[in-house]
Amino acid sequence: MAIATGNSTFNAELKKYYSIYTGGFIAFVIALAIAEQAGMSRAWIGYWFLFATIALYATIGIMTRTVDAAEYYVAGRRVPAFFNGMATGADWMSAASFIGMAGTLYLSGYDGLSFVMGWTGGYVLVALFLAPYLRKFGQFTIPDFLGARYGGNIVRSIGVFAAILCSFTYVVAQIYGVGLITSRFTGLEFGIGVFVGLAGILVCSFLGGMRAVTWTQVAQYIILIIAYLTPVVWLGVKHTGFPVPQVAYGPVLQKIGELEKKFTADPTEQQVRGLAKAAASEAAAALKDPVKAAGDRRAALEQRLAKAKAENAPDYVQKSIQAALTNTPTDPAKAREYWSARTNLGANASPPRKHAEPFPGPTDQARNTARLNFLGIVFCMMFGTAALPHILMRYYTTPSVRQARTSVFWSLFFIFLLYFTAPCLAVLAKFDVYSNLVGSKFAELPAWAAAWRLVDPSLLTITDLNFDGIVQLAEIAIGGDIIVLATPEIAGLPYVVSGLVAAGGLAAALSTADGLLLTIANALSHDLYYKMLDPGASTARRVTVSKVLLLVVAVIAAWVTSYKPGNILFLVGAAFSLAASAFFPALVLGIFWKRANKWGAIIGMLAGLGICMYYMAVTYPFFRDFLGVTAPIASYMWFGMNAISAGVFGVPVGLLTIFIVSLLTPAPDKAVQELVEHVRYPNLAGDIDTRAT
Amino acid sequence: MELTQKHHEYWRKNLVITAILLVIWFVATFVEGWYARDLNNITFLGFPLGFYMSAQGSLIIYVIIIGVYARYMNKLDKEYDVHEGEDD
Repeated sequence: MAIATGNSTFNAELKKYYSIYTGGFIAFVIALAIAEQAGMSRAWIGYWFLFATIALYATIGIMTRTVDAAEYYVAGRRVPAFFNGMATGADWMSAASFIGMAGTLYLSGYDGLSFVMGWTGGYVLVALFLAPYLRKFGQFTIPDFLGARYGGNIVRSIGVFAAILCSFTYVVAQIYGVGLITSRFTGLEFGIGVFVGLAGILVCSFLGGMRAVTWTQVAQYIILIIAYLTPVVWLGVKHTGFPVPQVAYGPVLQKIGELEKKFTADPTEQQVRGLAKAAASEAAAALKDPVKAAGDRRAALEQRLAKAKAENAPDYVQKSIQAALTNTPTDPAKAREYWSARTNLGANASPPRKHAEPFPGPTDQARNTARLNFLGIVFCMMFGTAALPHILMRYYTTPSVRQARTSVFWSLFFIFLLYFTAPCLAVLAKFDVYSNLVGSKFAELPAWAAAWRLVDPSLLTITDLNFDGIVQLAEIAIGGDIIVLATPEIAGLPYVVSGLVAAGGLAAALSTADGLLLTIANALSHDLYYKMLDPGASTARRVTVSKVLLLVVAVIAAWVTSYKPGNILFLVGAAFSLAASAFFPALVLGIFWKRANKWGAIIGMLAGLGICMYYMAVTYPFFRDFLGVTAPIASYMWFGMNAISAGVFGVPVGLLTIFIVSLLTPAPDKAVQELVEHVRYPNLAGDIDTRAT
Repeated sequence: MELTQKHHEYWRKNLVITAILLVIWFVATFVEGWYARDLNNITFLGFPLGFYMSAQGSLIIYVIIIGVYARYMNKLDKEYDVHEGEDD
């Protein structure tokens, strides 16, 4: 068969190219490592990683430019399962996964695992309920399927609205991540970092649409996974003596448990916990006039130093006070940063959280609410995964239904490599902090801690609260993002690996932003413009419209991002809840229940989305302030569920509404029944053809 | 186009495997999560079992579920002659 040989040659060529590419990338890293030994500065290593990788993505982007609609929207439907898996992996894993995940696990222990489970288990739903059927349907977008299955433009419009709503929320979080990494590793200002990153995003997707995005995402996946695993394996060998720490960190977790017990009972730690609470409230008050407060603190420290000298205190204690004095800034901006980082010490007022304990809480009721919220997040992340258009769209690009199924397997496998490493990284890093950082003298901190506390106090603040010159656990306030960023240094690796990690984080953020921007531009150009406004538009015109829209959406997203809107994790979570509520019921019932009809879908999607948006609006502080809701949050909460898990209500309401309304209104006609049969069988004799060109 | 008896049987088998795998997914996710505190009393490879399952075990089960489904369905396609020809 001609297509068969065509596909397998293509596959073999891809394997060859990407093997050469991977080898070339490793050689590049080794060359930089040698250059570092020869004296290349850290800033230059950072620049090399940033610009070399972006230039690489740009080259792939330019090489794969296209004006053909099938190439632009679905990469010509030629992407083999294995490579589609890698591209989906990069599309999926965002800055939040790459940089934030291990930190979240470090800080919240077991309870952070809800994201690990949710963001992997969702692929089971993709595999069983959606991927093969959408591939058989074979058009360009998710609203395409809703439009064809339920008929009419109303369902399609709701689909377009929901796709834009959740993708836009998500893309803002990604561009934020891009800005953060670019500014941290090059010293550019955040706002400029956002636009440099944006240029990186656009060169990938602008010229070649899905085709360019696919092949750059494969390249980005390779970089991001090498960057994530290298330092962890190293750290794992250091603490477990075994190169696959993911299976061997159990004993390390036990040691952490023993250390937690020791810290909880230790009298010095207990005393310092009290001081931490006082320091946090002092810092909160100091924020009113940071410079004056810094002056006061310097005066107090000088007295303290004089007293230590008079009492002939050990040298390391004097040095510690001296260092605290040097680290207290009087510059207004720095002083503000300093005090606001110190408010984080408040978390140290209570004994350390037990890392492996699920749903801790003072009462049974608190523990049960924590458990419900844990399962709520798992639920929303899973159903959101099986409903986010930028992911589902990827399964339109494989050559066949058969490969779509295999492709979900590879997708999860490649995602799994990172997610199953994150919990291990969190534990290893925690052990390092508990056993090496705690107990060290302030005058001789481990090199990574000494460096990072100066880089950004919100990532790491260590302060000698009881002036004994020795680090206690309650004297350390850590920001989650430092875990991944500092791992290479914790493991004692050269700086080149830190540059590699930054390049990996950038690859993760860029690849996700690419996929999302393309989804938004396609929803507007394909669904709104071509399908609803101008069905006679030529192919070239449609692709041009899409490119222009891509540019416009990207600039709007960057503009919104430059206002630094709130909590990244909440934005991401909200996108999942919204997608789950809007899409999942209509998509799945559309495939598995022939009786589901247009009115069911319309009212069901609106009801699911509506209930989800309502719940977020009345329970999330940002929206409450915006809308002027004043009654206490608790009076709006159902089962104590947090705003991020609003999809827990949206999904069942959506399913139930579609079910009831469909039964109350007439059954869909024969053409729809045939469409459903069509998507259920990979190949039928005398079948209809729904593929779009 | 009329669906034959064989087609209906194919779809029924698809629904059965989907249901079985979905039950396994549900147990590995929600039942496991619900009882995580109790599972932590058991030690596995040096880990408390509840922690291990949520961090590692359930993830491995998910990968296996999807692998099994792809293999089973790709075979079933051929058996019931609804496959798309050789493409890889």
